[in-house]
Amino acid sequence: MYHQIIEYFQMNSQRYFTMLTDHLQISLCALLAAAALAVPAGFFCVRYSVLQKPVSAVFGILRIIPSLAILLLMLPVLGTGAVPAAIALILLAVPPILENTIAGLLEVPPFLLETAGAMGMTGTQIWVKVRFPLALPLILTGMKTAAVEIIASATLAARIGAGGLGDLIFTGIGLFRTDLLLIGGISVALLSLSAGIFFHLLEKIIFKYKRI
Amino acid sequence: MAHAIEFQNVTKRFRGSSRNAVDSINFTAEEGEFITILGSSGCGKTTLLKMINRLYEPDAGKIILFGEDIASLDPVKLRRRIGYVIQQIGLFPHITVGGNIAMVPALLKWEKEKIESRIDQLLTMAGLAPEEYKNRYPAQLSGGQQQRVGLARALAADPKIMLLDEPFGAIDSITRARLQQELLTLHQDMKKTFLFVTHDIEEAFTLGTRVIIMNEGHILQFDTPEQIILHPADEFVASLVESARAKERFWEKFK
Repeated sequence: MYHQIIEYFQMNSQRYFTMLTDHLQISLCALLAAAALAVPAGFFCVRYSVLQKPVSAVFGILRIIPSLAILLLMLPVLGTGAVPAAIALILLAVPPILENTIAGLLEVPPFLLETAGAMGMTGTQIWVKVRFPLALPLILTGMKTAAVEIIASATLAARIGAGGLGDLIFTGIGLFRTDLLLIGGISVALLSLSAGIFFHLLEKIIFKYKRI
Repeated sequence: MAHAIEFQNVTKRFRGSSRNAVDSINFTAEEGEFITILGSSGCGKTTLLKMINRLYEPDAGKIILFGEDIASLDPVKLRRRIGYVIQQIGLFPHITVGGNIAMVPALLKWEKEKIESRIDQLLTMAGLAPEEYKNRYPAQLSGGQQQRVGLARALAADPKIMLLDEPFGAIDSITRARLQQELLTLHQDMKKTFLFVTHDIEEAFTLGTRVIIMNEGHILQFDTPEQIILHPADEFVASLVESARAKERFWEKFK
């Protein structure tokens, strides 16, 4: 088995690298797009509290649908390839970021917001200088959860022709090649793990004030 | 010369409440006075304070600062001219001590050098060595130090009026006594009008050049500590003074 894996890398390192970068690329795009959607949505939910329940409910329901189902349901609508796969992954990643954005913004103590106002900050300044920075740790935690989920689920995206390390796993299943399954599976696991560590380090660097 | 602060029949009622939080209040304070507002919780003292920087808007009446009706001013600009200190201190945890103090000057777009020297000046005044404390985060300071920074921050843009809402309420009694003395010295050195809300009668009488005693939205008496003690306006004030005396007798026993 060990030899098979070594041999695979000797023969296919180029292809492995392509799959790895594809996987990373689609995951990163999905994560950034999800954040670009979820953070403003979270802001609007907190700013206009009537929105909070319906928006959270919609994404809560979307979250229950298995990601594979979303991928396959997308098939007739959007066809195959990276775009529908990314959309499915975005739908998957929005709820954790949205929920954490809302929680983070609501967690800022009211007396701090009042003090900010009493010092003469305008409404916008209070959001930009106080409320968002203080919500950021929780927003990043949401992005961490989302990143780990995306990287794992991006494996399934290979099913609709989006490429990535899923290709390796599905080929492994098809050909009964345990070595391919192992390479694919372990790579995805390591990728997820590294994403987690990356966000952890990011938090350490950005939120110096929390480590005291 | 216009009064520093003038209340004309100011009334405030909160939605869902059956009585006025502040009920048709009149008083004037002159520039340079240190006025303490004494009352138990729910008497309207914080409401009164927060109407001055327009965190609350009165339902009736006028508040006039140095001849200007504050209802006609832009609340944001008004607030930048008024210092505000609260019991929870309210330093921004994600911003350094220096950055917290620099907040209002930065909002007023002071030059960078002027802000820097102001931070150093205020930290020195607060008894905190600038080079040591400037770049720390609030969580790295003790409660007493945090409130010193809170005061420094409120003073940063040199406001003529300072509003203090039980600023030492959450601070241990030894540190509180020291901060009270420092605040008095501070007040003597600068010609600012202080409005200081407290529920502690000794604090109110030690600090205030004049004391407002409030109950259920009304001002019961507004006079110097001496006059209040010698000539309490009604039974409530008399009982308040008596309660302070009783406490003193308790300590006398152990002399």
